[in-house]
Amino acid sequence: MTESVNSRTASPGVAALLWERTGMLVVFAVLFAACALFVEDFFSWVNVKGLALAVSQIGMVGCTMLFCLASGDFDLSVGSVVACSGVVAAVVTNATGSVLLGMSAGVLVGGAVGLFNGIVIARFRINALIATLATMQIVRGLGFIISGGRAVGVTNSGFFALGTSSFLGVPTPVWVALVCFAVFGFLLQRTTFGRNTLAVGGNKEAARLSGIPVVRLKTIIFSMQGLMAGFAGVVLASRMTSGQPKPPEMFELQVISACVLGGVALTGGVGTIGCVVAGVLIMGVVENAQNLLNVPTFYQNVVRGLILLIAVMLDQFKNRAR
Amino acid sequence: MTVLEPSSPVPAVEFRSVSKTFPGVRALGDVSFAVRPGEVRALIGENGAGKSTLLKVLSGVHSPDAGSVVLDGRDRVFGSTWEALDAGVAVIYQELQLVPEMSVAENLYLGHLPSRLGIVDRRRLHEAARGDLERLGEEIDPAVKVGRLPIAQRQMVEIAKALTRGARVLALDEPTSSLSSREVERLFATVAELKRNGCAVLYVTHRMDELFRVCDSATVLRDGRHVETFLSLEGVSHDLLVNRMVGRDIEDVFDYRPSAREETALEAVGVEGPGLSRPASFTVAKGEVVGLFGLIGAGRSELLRLVFGAEPMQAGAVKVGGRQVRISSPNDSIRSGVAFCPEDRKKDGIVPTASVLENLNLVARSRTARLGFVVDDSWEKRNAQEQIERLGIRTPSVAQKIVNLSGGNQQKTILARWLSEEVTALLLDEPTRGVDVGAKSEIYTIIRDLADRGVGVVLASSDLPEAIGVADRLLVMREGAVVASIPRGEADEEEVLRLALPASPDSGSEAALIN
Repeated sequence: MTESVNSRTASPGVAALLWERTGMLVVFAVLFAACALFVEDFFSWVNVKGLALAVSQIGMVGCTMLFCLASGDFDLSVGSVVACSGVVAAVVTNATGSVLLGMSAGVLVGGAVGLFNGIVIARFRINALIATLATMQIVRGLGFIISGGRAVGVTNSGFFALGTSSFLGVPTPVWVALVCFAVFGFLLQRTTFGRNTLAVGGNKEAARLSGIPVVRLKTIIFSMQGLMAGFAGVVLASRMTSGQPKPPEMFELQVISACVLGGVALTGGVGTIGCVVAGVLIMGVVENAQNLLNVPTFYQNVVRGLILLIAVMLDQFKNRAR
Repeated sequence: MTVLEPSSPVPAVEFRSVSKTFPGVRALGDVSFAVRPGEVRALIGENGAGKSTLLKVLSGVHSPDAGSVVLDGRDRVFGSTWEALDAGVAVIYQELQLVPEMSVAENLYLGHLPSRLGIVDRRRLHEAARGDLERLGEEIDPAVKVGRLPIAQRQMVEIAKALTRGARVLALDEPTSSLSSREVERLFATVAELKRNGCAVLYVTHRMDELFRVCDSATVLRDGRHVETFLSLEGVSHDLLVNRMVGRDIEDVFDYRPSAREETALEAVGVEGPGLSRPASFTVAKGEVVGLFGLIGAGRSELLRLVFGAEPMQAGAVKVGGRQVRISSPNDSIRSGVAFCPEDRKKDGIVPTASVLENLNLVARSRTARLGFVVDDSWEKRNAQEQIERLGIRTPSVAQKIVNLSGGNQQKTILARWLSEEVTALLLDEPTRGVDVGAKSEIYTIIRDLADRGVGVVLASSDLPEAIGVADRLLVMREGAVVASIPRGEADEEEVLRLALPASPDSGSEAALIN
């Protein structure tokens, strides 16, 4: 019956394939072009640089959130970790006088929270939504406790280098985000770790029965996520020259929105780094354009919600067309 | 490819050159045939032959890319199941489409409940419902919730529902798959009643004995194409139909070849755990195929899963190739050379979001990766292509999503995961469930080839002819314990069944047997 193989073969449309591969990047390009044409002051080096800087932390954390979502989980604690790590970095830098020690402490605090999340979720099988909702509040509280509820200013000017310096005219945090995209893109697409992550998200039990150590994999993913959120917190603190105990507003939801906007499936098993890049850039452009157009904050919330809704519906449509 | 049009009278339903393509798969190609009023037409074919797609085109779930469905001489393409139902076409699927939390009467008249000023008139509703059910010879209380009815009665409710909407064309998708033999008889009586009332019935089935009892004629599909329509079943044999479905003769289905057995491949000693009532022990030699037969609930799956480490063992030991191994997870047993294919392909076997290539290399990946972590894409692609060719997996490309393949091809892909590995013992849990005749015999051949290469195979099955036909030796399980080991040739069906039945036979065991 092998002769029937050819008769059953029909290639999907080129357009459909192209959309599947690059869909959201095209949307970003169109959006960017439209803004450049119609929004005053948008298409300038200074503005584009600012736009990239504004979304660089979302981009960094989006890289590890991609792994979380791809494995079929969530992490709501990243916003609190960003704040807490920033505070810890500031406090330790002030106490020891060492920027390196301070920043390391910030990153490690994030890693510890991530490891804790991973153990609770993977080994004790607590629902990730609930588990990270709990750590989100715990870590948020810890941030305020450690800082005494106030922003912790840093006097050591070495602390600001990471956030405020530039290389080839591009701010360092943007470089950091770019490196993250490259590293985590490679990890997801080209390594056993990444591909196993996608398999676990697609069908955990099938993955386990094929010899993939699911518990260890998930623990690593959450630890990585924690370290990355901690690092993003340190970068943010460095940019702001102080540790802010109040988490950036809805940071975790913005990161998840960016991923989903780009096409990462909330149900697990589907996603690429391209999705995250596209999602983050689209969000950045929309926020930036609204600011330039002086759209009031309250309206910006409405627009943000609508865009997310449209993205998810597009995704549904794509799935149904299959 | 001859399409004989029935001369008289006007067909109740006619498919004209219906084609439907999904991305990468031609599901239906130029299918044409017609069914007259009062005719019961069998629709047969292997899994993936296009039967379900055809029913979905008929009921408006899918719209055809080309061709049309002609009803009472009029060209119709339905946009939804509601439109189809309004036009008198109803499809009764294996998974019934009733609302379990609502009453029988409400289900029958869902969407057009008799009402006065918007308030449902219960008396009128129940009277009408009782009448509808009586016409089918069913005595079901219209007020009872559908969820509390046995499957057979739910099916009757569904048929009655179709008739209240004036269905003239009724398609039944494997209607007897979950019925007991008494219930099957009732269904046949109902089908005869539909026929008398002039309904055209499309009867999809895998069971040949049923086909010859109920159907007047048969249409065979293969690979999405119409192969042949037998307008009368007179003189048509079982073998001829199977031949048309598969496209070749299946001679020795089980492909049995005796094997030389000396060394032990796998030995399980005193295994205890949930689902087992007594410590279980068994051995399988290199090159041997051991059948593991038991009724539902006898503990076949549980035993295999414990040995593989999918479930934690409470006591017992496992030896692979004579060496004792410590097994606390599937990963451990894979490293020591034990492979496992789970019973529930959808739930535990495939990764539905991923491609054939990804699914096929799931086990080999960590072994073949460069530096231990960089995926060797070219090796994986080569391996996938080799296995696809070797096992005859029908897929347009390695990049195809696995969910787009038929059940048999999905199963072969899962088997293929282990073929690139050094496997000493292979544990198979119901590898041919939900797989059609052709793929079944291909899977038996794969199993026998593996045994010839020295792999020890344990095949758990609830299908007795399969367990007897494939195996060199048969283990029988009953109520969570291994109760017998019978060499090939000494296993006769009656004796094995007697061993498998619970010691004090009650009515429950009878039912388990039928399923």
